[in-house]
Amino acid sequence: MARMNTETQVQMPSPKKKSSLSEKTKESLSGYLYISPFFILFAIFGLFPILFSFYLGFQKWNGLGEMEFVGFQNFKWILTDPLFWKSLTNTLYMWVIGTIPQLIIGIILAYALNSALIKAKSFFRVSIFMPYVTSTVAVAIVFGIMFNSQDFGLFNVILGWFGVDAVSWGTSEWGVKIAISTMVFWRWVGYNTIIYLAGLQGIPKELYEAAIIDGATIRQKIQYITIPLLRPIIILTVFTSTIGALQLFTEPLIFIGRTYREEGITVVLYLYREAFANLAFGPASAAAIILFIIIIVISSINVLVANRISR
Amino acid sequence: MSETIKHNNRFSISKAFVYVLLSIAAFLSIFPLYWMFVMATNHNSAINSVPPAFLPGGELVTNFTNVVNTIDFFGAIWNSLIVSAVTTVGVLFLCSLAGFAFAKFHFKGKNFLFIAILVTMMIPPQLGLIPQYIIITKLDWLNDLRAIIVPGLIDAFGIFWMRQYISSNVPDELVDAARIDGCTNFRVYWNIAVPVIIPAFATLAIIKFMYIWNDFLWPLVVLREDSSFTIQVALRGLIDNYVRDNGMILSGTFWATVPLIIIFLLLNRLFIASLTEGAVKS
Repeated sequence: MARMNTETQVQMPSPKKKSSLSEKTKESLSGYLYISPFFILFAIFGLFPILFSFYLGFQKWNGLGEMEFVGFQNFKWILTDPLFWKSLTNTLYMWVIGTIPQLIIGIILAYALNSALIKAKSFFRVSIFMPYVTSTVAVAIVFGIMFNSQDFGLFNVILGWFGVDAVSWGTSEWGVKIAISTMVFWRWVGYNTIIYLAGLQGIPKELYEAAIIDGATIRQKIQYITIPLLRPIIILTVFTSTIGALQLFTEPLIFIGRTYREEGITVVLYLYREAFANLAFGPASAAAIILFIIIIVISSINVLVANRISR
Repeated sequence: MSETIKHNNRFSISKAFVYVLLSIAAFLSIFPLYWMFVMATNHNSAINSVPPAFLPGGELVTNFTNVVNTIDFFGAIWNSLIVSAVTTVGVLFLCSLAGFAFAKFHFKGKNFLFIAILVTMMIPPQLGLIPQYIIITKLDWLNDLRAIIVPGLIDAFGIFWMRQYISSNVPDELVDAARIDGCTNFRVYWNIAVPVIIPAFATLAIIKFMYIWNDFLWPLVVLREDSSFTIQVALRGLIDNYVRDNGMILSGTFWATVPLIIIFLLLNRLFIASLTEGAVKS
């Protein structure tokens, strides 16, 4: 209503043609002007690079000389490189080891934080969230030293208390993956906890009270009230942590260093190595395109599964 | 009677369980940060022994002196501060302006353009990495902080966030009234919208500042000279040394982490709400 009124008011006094610009055109022009910085910057630093990546994927180029069209050669090269497949399986393994415990423990901690009569709630909230404020590089450095393969590495010392032999975290197939997944887990579990907590606080208390009257156990309450009502938020966290895990880069780079050890190389690390260590821009772009396709496929599966579950 | 007692008992056991669980979680969350401090104050030999040091030592100054002799620590902190602050201020201005236009203005293709912005959020940033690097070299911005700041101004989430906030917090009547009084569109934005959306600014500022401060891959690609390093890239220089002095490495890491932790502790409510609400609402 208000809008209608003012529009008529604004248009009435301004006779056509006389004033240089009507209020309406001014409004549209300002609108376009105000949103233009995004589109201009995105065109230069977003859209053009993406299109150019698709172009580069079919070229042979080291960044300096002439480009040479090579068709699907780069894709063939990547898809027959055992190291690429290794990086892909590593990424998927670390996605599973890093993400699933993170989400399960996040839900449990959120449930604990949300239970009534807990004192020092804000202390727990703040300390659990603190890892997220620590930069990924710092996390990777600290845990890298804790996961030292020598006897004096903190995790090996702890294993020693239980009589377990030292693990060579930096070089063994699973050691590397567990170390990197732990870094991801530690930094993100509190973040997800707080997100779940927000979801739990949105569930009306009456539902639980009714369930208690009906004699429901804690497990039943979780199974029939908490999980179903938390579902949209669980889907959200699965979605974001999956995309994050597929782009894993900082932790492995810091942990395994410039050796790009095959036990810990991830797809983005592989891409980085092709581009900036080997100066093979063509294959690197092909790898980026393949990663993009993988992310689309996994996201679509996510969405499909989410839709099916919520039906 | 007996049933209520039983109920109470079970209740206190589960309550104790909750406290134990949360205490373990809090301990595990804080311990690596504490340990970082312990290592930052101990000599390398105390760290590399069984059992390692678990209490702070007396090498705080020595370790940090070694850090400063290995990397340009303060220069890198300064670079990070400049990059994060400038990008954040720029994003607040550009996103609120665009969000205001999407929320309050009528123009052709508005909805389509807004959806286009949302779609850009789904593209993984690595897809354009190599051409982006080439553009930066062509602009001669390698080792130049502009290489981080200018692309950092693209923030689709920020526009989305601002549009939502402005739509529900800035009344149409106020905008219309200001226009009737002869305010230009920019003055309506500046005098009517901006004062109302300060909370949205705070949220977006925290998200953006943290993101740029902690970002690693892109700075690593475009900053190659020591003098241009942000703190995250500089920290990597500590572990790249041939001789690994863990006391020195963790001293640098600790002092690079502390400023953000302190700000977080002071503003913890705002921080937690900002960083998680943003995720949930988008």
